[in-house]
Amino acid sequence: MTKTISQFSCHANGRQFQIDLLGSWDKENGVPQALSVFAKIPAGTNKLLVSGEQLGAWDSSLVSFLLQIHLEAERRHWQVEYQRVPQGVGQLLQLALAVPESRVPHQEPPHTFAENLGFQSIVIWRVVNDFISFIGELTAASGRFWRGQARYRKVDFWWLVQDAGPHSLPIVTLISLLIGMILAFVGAVQLERFGASIFVANLVGLAMAREMSSMMTAIIMAGRTGAAYAAQLGSMQVNEEIDGLKTMGVSPMEFLVIPRMLALVLMMPLLTIYANLMGMLGGAIVSITMLDVSWSQFVGQLVGSVSLKHFVIGLVKSVLFAVVVAMSGCFTGLRSARSATAVGQATTSAVVLGIVLIIVTDSLVTIATTILDI
Amino acid sequence: MPTSKRRKAKIQVRDLTMRYGDKLIQQNLNFDILERDVFIIMGGSGCGKSTLLKHLIGLYMPAKGQILLDRQDIWTVPPSQREALLRHFGVTYQAGALISSMTLAENIAMPLEMYTQLSTGEIADLVELKLSLVGLAGFQEYYPSEISGGMLKRASLARAIALDPDVLFFDEPSAGLDPISSRRLDDLILQLNESLCATIVVVTHELASIFAIGNNAIFLDAKSKTMIANGHPRDLLDNSTDQRVQRFLRRQASE
Ligand SMILES: Nc1ncnc2c1ncn2[C@@H]1O[C@H](COP(=O)(O)OP(=O)(O)OP(=O)(O)O)[C@@H](O)[C@H]1O
Ligand SMILES: [Mg+2]
Repeated sequence: MTKTISQFSCHANGRQFQIDLLGSWDKENGVPQALSVFAKIPAGTNKLLVSGEQLGAWDSSLVSFLLQIHLEAERRHWQVEYQRVPQGVGQLLQLALAVPESRVPHQEPPHTFAENLGFQSIVIWRVVNDFISFIGELTAASGRFWRGQARYRKVDFWWLVQDAGPHSLPIVTLISLLIGMILAFVGAVQLERFGASIFVANLVGLAMAREMSSMMTAIIMAGRTGAAYAAQLGSMQVNEEIDGLKTMGVSPMEFLVIPRMLALVLMMPLLTIYANLMGMLGGAIVSITMLDVSWSQFVGQLVGSVSLKHFVIGLVKSVLFAVVVAMSGCFTGLRSARSATAVGQATTSAVVLGIVLIIVTDSLVTIATTILDI
Repeated sequence: MPTSKRRKAKIQVRDLTMRYGDKLIQQNLNFDILERDVFIIMGGSGCGKSTLLKHLIGLYMPAKGQILLDRQDIWTVPPSQREALLRHFGVTYQAGALISSMTLAENIAMPLEMYTQLSTGEIADLVELKLSLVGLAGFQEYYPSEISGGMLKRASLARAIALDPDVLFFDEPSAGLDPISSRRLDDLILQLNESLCATIVVVTHELASIFAIGNNAIFLDAKSKTMIANGHPRDLLDNSTDQRVQRFLRRQASE
């Protein structure tokens, strides 16, 4: 294949500027920039003449070049005339120019720092606004639920309960057992130096009951169930299923959000109690194998030192966590735009929002219990 | 079609403007949909037909203007009453919109369970009837993901007619169907129109359907962002002087 550089020559002719297309045009050789042509055009020109008399073979690189020239000339209100341009080129050009779609520019992404800042603030403001009205609608829907007027399917609800509860047991078992063991390890190293190894039981018991089991369970559920909720509701949004529900007079809040929230609110405290047991078992295993503590000593110490109130605080927290995990999953899912990418983003933000809200709630509860001295 | 001279207006649209956020979709829409009309909403792709449909069924609130159903503004009545008004509507969406976690039977039974006092057996019989009407008898236990696109369209029609609605809305019912199924769907729409005395609103750009079933229509234009024609499709074809309408109805490329 002979490589001719795709080229053209041009010269001014009074108010008219002529472009002669030369030789063969091929994508392999690159496409000359239309603007480079305009740089050469003397002022005062108001007409372009494109001549294809000496043109050889051509492909879409030529059409693309001519299209750029044409659009730029149009912008400057110049006339463009084509001479002996192959019929195919003319037709393609016409097709490309005949787009009837209004050329409304797609909203430009922000460029400068200030623009970005403004843009992001608006986005955040909208999300916060939406979240507040979501909470409002949810409250109204809960009201209808307590009065027994909410419309949802019991089958769906039991399925959700099963998924949030029994199906989460394996991972909750694994994580809380390990957390209990880690706590015992860390405590053992320190306490053994003072000959106080038996107090490992206090440490594990208190930490699990009051903080770790509810928090770890919540984080697991945010990643597992909260993300699933976002994905479910997001894809329902894509399929217009949510619109379908609304037109049947079914509120998505009652039909989709309430059962999910209820399932989590029922299951999370149970999972937390279970996580407590597993964590303490982990602590016991480490104490018995590493330290000179017997099974009965460990249990006795634990029962004697960790009062019921710590368990209750943990359970109360797990209910609050259930609410925030379900809310972040459902909120991001319902807010998802209508595309596959958007559903993916909704899932990610459900987990992030869920974990952030868990930690924030936990801090608030800690502050409250400190002030109230419990 | 029984053409009693004075049919009442079922849905009236007054000075409607529709937006998504700041983005204007259509403005200054004024038209009436009469009782027992088969009303066609047509226009090029992306001009806002689906958007208009979702406004008509009360899913989106107009940026400006009113939508009257039986002379009642659907947005000024209290929410509980609006729900009751909107129950007279049956809708099939462009994307199908059946609940994917429920079988066809459960999908169609849902509105019946919600708004009627029928027993389970009666509901099952009704579901079977509605599915047979759309040619899907025996598919009760299938999930939406297990049937083809054309069947999905028909199944969602079965759900739309579950409560014998006064007004039936279709968003591109025949898109993606082969010519024979799409012809059969047109026949079905006409039969529902006659036997249920239902008013029918169809978004479509199938010319064959437009002329076969429509007796009133509007034409939305994407560029001027408003309606540029209103009338019987055949009248528009014969009498409209608007180039854009003529080109659309005669299937001509621009210029
Ligand atoms: N949720 C949305 N948010 C923002 N813009 C939207 C949204 N939905 C649709 N649009 C825009 O509104 C315009 C009209 O969309 P619509 O779906 O009503 O078109 P259509 O006439 O039904 O097209 P088609 O014939 O392809 O179905 C399009 O430009 C689209 O980009
Ligand atoms: Mg559409």
